[in-house]
Amino acid sequence: MPNMSKTKVPIPEQEPKVRAKNFEEVTLGYTIEMAIEEANRCLNCKNKPCVSGCPVGVRIPEFIQKITEQDFASAYEIIHSTNALPAVCGRVCPQERQCESKCVRGKNAEPVAIGRLERFTADMHVNQHEDIIKKPVSNHHKIAVVGGGPSGLTCAGDLAKLGYEVTVFEAFHVAGGVLMYGIPEFRLPKKIVQQEIENLKSLGVNIMTNMVVGKVFSIDELMQQGYEAVFIGSGAGLPRFMGIEGESLVGVCSANEYLTRINLMKGYQDGYDTPVLKSKAVAVVGGGNVAMDGARSALRMGAEHVYIIYRRSEYEMPARQEEIHHAKQEGVEFLTLQNPVKILGDENNRVCAVVCQKMELGEPDASGRRSPVPVENSEYELPVDTVIMAIGTSPNPLIRTTTEGLETNQRGCLIVDETMMTTKKGVYAGGDAVTGAATVILAMGAGKSAAKSIHAYIMQKNL
Amino acid sequence: MFQILKKKELNPSVTLMEIYAPYIARKVQAGQFVIFRVDEQGERVPLTVADCNQEKGSITLIFQIVGRSTMKLNALQEGDAILDLVGPLGMPTELPEHAKNICVIGGGVGCAIAYPQAKAFSKAGLHVDVIAGFRSKNIVILEEEIKKHCSELILCTDDGSYGMKGFVTNALETRITQNHIKYDTVVAIGPILMMKSVCELTKKYQIPTIVSLDPIMVDGTGMCGGCRVTVGGKIRYACVEGPDFDGHQVDFDELIKRNGIFKEREAECRMMTLADKL
Ligand SMILES: Cc1cc2nc3c(=O)[nH]c(=O)nc-3n(C[C@H](O)[C@H](O)[C@H](O)COP(=O)(O)OP(=O)(O)OC[C@H]3O[C@@H](n4cnc5c(N)ncnc54)[C@H](O)[C@@H]3O)c2cc1C
Ligand code: SF4
Ligand code: FES
Repeated sequence: MPNMSKTKVPIPEQEPKVRAKNFEEVTLGYTIEMAIEEANRCLNCKNKPCVSGCPVGVRIPEFIQKITEQDFASAYEIIHSTNALPAVCGRVCPQERQCESKCVRGKNAEPVAIGRLERFTADMHVNQHEDIIKKPVSNHHKIAVVGGGPSGLTCAGDLAKLGYEVTVFEAFHVAGGVLMYGIPEFRLPKKIVQQEIENLKSLGVNIMTNMVVGKVFSIDELMQQGYEAVFIGSGAGLPRFMGIEGESLVGVCSANEYLTRINLMKGYQDGYDTPVLKSKAVAVVGGGNVAMDGARSALRMGAEHVYIIYRRSEYEMPARQEEIHHAKQEGVEFLTLQNPVKILGDENNRVCAVVCQKMELGEPDASGRRSPVPVENSEYELPVDTVIMAIGTSPNPLIRTTTEGLETNQRGCLIVDETMMTTKKGVYAGGDAVTGAATVILAMGAGKSAAKSIHAYIMQKNL
Repeated sequence: MFQILKKKELNPSVTLMEIYAPYIARKVQAGQFVIFRVDEQGERVPLTVADCNQEKGSITLIFQIVGRSTMKLNALQEGDAILDLVGPLGMPTELPEHAKNICVIGGGVGCAIAYPQAKAFSKAGLHVDVIAGFRSKNIVILEEEIKKHCSELILCTDDGSYGMKGFVTNALETRITQNHIKYDTVVAIGPILMMKSVCELTKKYQIPTIVSLDPIMVDGTGMCGGCRVTVGGKIRYACVEGPDFDGHQVDFDELIKRNGIFKEREAECRMMTLADKL
């Protein structure tokens, strides 16, 4: 008999007041008893609507069934067969817009906590198993992967399993992409990411850090070196600024810079040399995950007031529901339907306030979203000493401009066909570099399908 | 790991290091830079490459000891290694097509960058004069090296203890007005204030001027936006589009203020910010 409770089994979390001052993980994860209780809410539907909501088609009811049977190893195998990074996805996927949005239980109650169960299963696996991974027999075909984010790592892993000799070229001093430099420790412990990378190394993937492709080697040079195909997973690119007055003042930075200083360079820890802005009042502009991460990190760095400024209403915010909820609990103040129009500086050129204009929602635009329109004479000054811009990115020209034959669309994103091949033969691409800033799971999915296509391409070529 | 093959003190606060980095040595061109991280706790700090040796697979860095990271770097000895070194980053220096008669100006430790540029231009068959400015005689660096790669080296010191007395701008103006030399291009590298003054002067004489900027950087690949500078009223990313820009278009005042964001770090910016103390 399924558990007919209308609500998800609550997940233990650090107290908001406590966690807003530390960088340890916010949600602590289900215990075995909690996981089984939640798993019992699943109706094991025949037509599996939840699966259709998952970008990589995780066989959701099957793994949940295994949890009820306390067969956690099988549950993990089921997830892992289609999702290379379950411990990551369980923590960062926007489940409320994917699997959980389709869940039958969600019609008149809370959906099954699929994300939490995925995380539980992955964590159980890590805690109970020492992965014994062996390098598969080599097929002697060399493949280069540019960028060590989720798309690149997934592509590398899948190809390595097929026997390819894969080298990942990563610009930073560690691989992981946004998982390392963007998403904070309190949401995704870096240990988890590094474990996944260690597993890839055991599979025989060679990871070369400090390698900026387009500078140290061009794509063509890689192919001349004997790499028979290349996958580009170089990420979303340059942070955008608003183009308003005052954006060059001291105290204005992009969320990418702020988060990289904190996450990758560990600027929040004693003993690390990278400085981070010490702020009292912070305005974060934007409504996505990046904005939430910036805001919650600012609280943890000791800011007394942290504001999220977003031009639409909270309902339109692209961030994961859980992040919005957590941010509010921790004391982030939400200024929705407002837009910064100017940043003011003091005599030392330091930010002292941001001028906000109130907005209201007008008619729906082409995308169906109601677009915000300014309310006249509604400007007011919000005193802050730091402004963090989290309003999106535009593609990095570095690889495009150094690779002949690589075409991009009007937005500057790489063009790929249905096999993920770019306009250059043997060169594939996926993840944010193709879609613009999106999600971890979509980047992974892209890496997976590219791996499949690359395999087909190499087999065909060597017939 | 990147091994230090050679270490040499150029003056008490400026050190030269030759580092084994074969991938970078293969590709680096004048004007490009690297980012180093000494150890696990270290910051990522940009430094312009002063020289390279393809046979040895090495690059040469010349840096001023001004803050924690350069102090850490300077504490290493021959045979030790740096944890991370990434490059070559940025665009190589590109001269205007018509350039034939060039004046390269270096201020203080900025001469470490002026030197490879002068060398590259001479090799390309152009006429190159170098004006090198220092505060006083005891901190002059690279005099012999630069001499080898230019037609004329005009050395000046603020206090007159060596070479001509005065600033690099005085020397340049003398060349233009009294010696009647018609430079078609000026390349200026040094403290921001120096570059600003040079640009004000060359604007007056309508000589196209290239400057090499040193904004704050983190990744160096165009991801963080920390290195943004305003050039011709537009935001440009120095790590991917620079570090060289048209000096007449650069908003120097903004750069000076932005480089002061992290007080301690102020000194660290590609070795030049404090070079005016030299
Ligand atoms: C702060 C933040 C929070 C986010 N939160 C979430 C979330 O909660 N849930 C979610 O699903 N998504 C989230 N996202 C989005 C998600 O992280 C990205 O969509 C995903 O990481 C994209 O993966 P990728 O592999 O395409 O690129 P990236 O993760 O960006 O990785 C690209 C890698 O390529 C490297 N690289 C770039 N250029 C070169 C080059 N020329 N040579 C060599 N290497 C290069 C980069 O250094 C980087 O390591 C978040 C993003 C950010 C910034
Ligand atoms: S839709 Fe919900 S209840 Fe049905 S199988 Fe999927 S998770 Fe279980
Ligand atoms: S240093 Fe980060 S974008 Fe240039």
